[in-house]
Amino acid sequence: MKVYRTARTAMTALRRNPMRAMLTTLGIVIGVGAVIAMMEIGTGSSAAIQKTIATMGANVLLVVPGTAASGGVSFGAGSVTTLTPQDGEAILRDSPALRNVAPIVRARTQVVYGSRNWVPQQMIGTTPAFLDIRDWTHLAEGDAFTERDVLNANKVCLIGQTLARELFQGEPPIGKEIRVKNVSFRVVGVLGAKGANMMGSDQDDILLTPWTTLKYRVTGSTLSNPNQSAAGSTGSTVNTLNKLYPSEAPEIYPKQSETQAANTPLTVRFANIDQLLTAARSPEEIPAAIQQISDVLRERHRIRDGQPDDFTIRNMTEMTNTLTSTTRLMTNLLLCVAMISLVVGGVGIMNIMLVSVTERTREIGLRMAVGARARDILRQFLVEAVVLCLVGGAAGILLGHGGSRLVELLLRWPVATSLPAIAAAVLVSASVGIIFGFYPAWKASRLDPIDALRYE
Amino acid sequence: MELIELNHIYKTYHMGDITVPVLKGVSLKIARGELVALMGASGSGKSTLMNILGCLDRPTSGEYWLDGQEVSVLSADERAQVRNHQFGFVFQNFNLLPRTSALENVAMPLSYTAGHLSDRQAHKRAQEMLERVGLGDRLDHEPSQLSGGQQQRVAIARALVNQPPLLFADEPTGNLDSRTSEDVLRMFQQLNEREGITIIIVTHDALVARHAQRVIHIHDGVIVEGAYAAGSETAARSGAPSSLTADWGGAG
Repeated sequence: MKVYRTARTAMTALRRNPMRAMLTTLGIVIGVGAVIAMMEIGTGSSAAIQKTIATMGANVLLVVPGTAASGGVSFGAGSVTTLTPQDGEAILRDSPALRNVAPIVRARTQVVYGSRNWVPQQMIGTTPAFLDIRDWTHLAEGDAFTERDVLNANKVCLIGQTLARELFQGEPPIGKEIRVKNVSFRVVGVLGAKGANMMGSDQDDILLTPWTTLKYRVTGSTLSNPNQSAAGSTGSTVNTLNKLYPSEAPEIYPKQSETQAANTPLTVRFANIDQLLTAARSPEEIPAAIQQISDVLRERHRIRDGQPDDFTIRNMTEMTNTLTSTTRLMTNLLLCVAMISLVVGGVGIMNIMLVSVTERTREIGLRMAVGARARDILRQFLVEAVVLCLVGGAAGILLGHGGSRLVELLLRWPVATSLPAIAAAVLVSASVGIIFGFYPAWKASRLDPIDALRYE
Repeated sequence: MELIELNHIYKTYHMGDITVPVLKGVSLKIARGELVALMGASGSGKSTLMNILGCLDRPTSGEYWLDGQEVSVLSADERAQVRNHQFGFVFQNFNLLPRTSALENVAMPLSYTAGHLSDRQAHKRAQEMLERVGLGDRLDHEPSQLSGGQQQRVAIARALVNQPPLLFADEPTGNLDSRTSEDVLRMFQQLNEREGITIIIVTHDALVARHAQRVIHIHDGVIVEGAYAAGSETAARSGAPSSLTADWGGAG
């Protein structure tokens, strides 16, 4: 009741001089408007930067097999194959912090089209989830291969921009057949351009196929040469005629016939993969994701407590750090701008309130004469300042939001509505009102009613 | 029972090293229902006395009994309460809030009483007061749209809105022409006669003072005439102390 009445008195007093009240508020309007616009544009840009960095794989976690060791000599990461596609499925099922999982099979070999050939830097067998994880779902041409292609080991592939340029040199690549180790693949799509990664290697020099196709049709077997990347890096497979002139070691032992195989079934692991590529839902969830993957894999691989992992999880800490520091820098910068403009607005309020106190000295004297206590006067002027600031804050929110929408429309900058910024703006403008309104209000309340009444 | 009783009120202002005595032992009594004029030349101390009577200022020494309560020892906030409940003020320059309707002006003091009145009640009370001073048809007029006499009547309505037993008028006709002055003074007389409100009019104008039942003359910080009502027990002795204090004033 009392507060309501004070607020109404303040409104009445402000309405007596609407032009001045408006101009006073303008400082806060512009201040809060600038803050909101900056925050929205900043949040938008920040989100855009985050997205850009995410395309480099900021959320990506790579699971690689562990090391084999013999007599104290360890052979380095990936020297045993312990990961299976089923591991990937289990991880995706049991780790809520993960967005997606894709198995990876690698090879390095020659690709031929017509009279041209090229060895892509990366030849990756995977599933369509790979594109989602690497944020590469936007294709330049054609469509991605599907889960069905993976199941059937269909001979289809996606090629990167560099590979398309080198092989086709301007010809439309979609539907063309290219040969990889004498296996012919139909090009179903061309990936969008991604450029070099942070280390400078060309990410567009790539060929993607279903992992089943790469594993069973290109690199050949599942068991005789389990470490496909090791096999690929021997360089022996570059020659596409290697079936005619085998460079591999001659088979010394006779192979099992199909009858023998049926009679003595081996407990074989049906497929090994080189790596698992996973993506966390957000940079913040990376530690949780690592923990969950580790838990799932240890259980699946039956590793007892105290035993070392037979796999390694790699994350992109450097990129994540870059990401967070960029965001923090941006936010702090905007906060500084916000503070400055709000302080300027606050000083404007204080200035006008001081003028107003001087101008209304007689009114103050009168109010005191009819029974207003010092704290009534203090409260009245304080509430006036806060009302000014809050009204200014509300107008500023509208102005800032409108401004950022305009920027979005005209300049096509990304913006994002920031609710915390709006809440902060309201809070800050109220506190600016209290802080900068306090001195004039205090001054008013200290007036002597006799002097104030006689003031000319 | 006297409404106001002052005993040996002194008021001294300090300006740096110089002390300026303004009131030099003022004693007076005003009974409930009186219409008193406080007269004196400018610089005689009548404004200071009025401020002390109106609880706007505190005496340097002396006692001020208001309705059986010693008010000279009250704190600033307590004096504000006393002003709000007991006094109405009418000023020479009206002191109305600019660009505010007559109704809002009159209702203003109510916002400082304990909130026992709703807005509707407050406005109703303010409207009754304006009707009482004959401005029932000017509720929404702002001060700039009213004549001087009307403005002063709005100010009187404002002074009456808290139904105080005591009304102070500081040169109420100073800014008015003689006809409207007459109207305003007649209104004071009516309020005094019909409603029994005690009224103290501060003036330097003998014509104004003529409307009062009693005139208190103050000169150079002491009361020279009319400190006590005629016929009261103390009136017979009134000559001696005032002449005595007059001597002090001359000596000081």
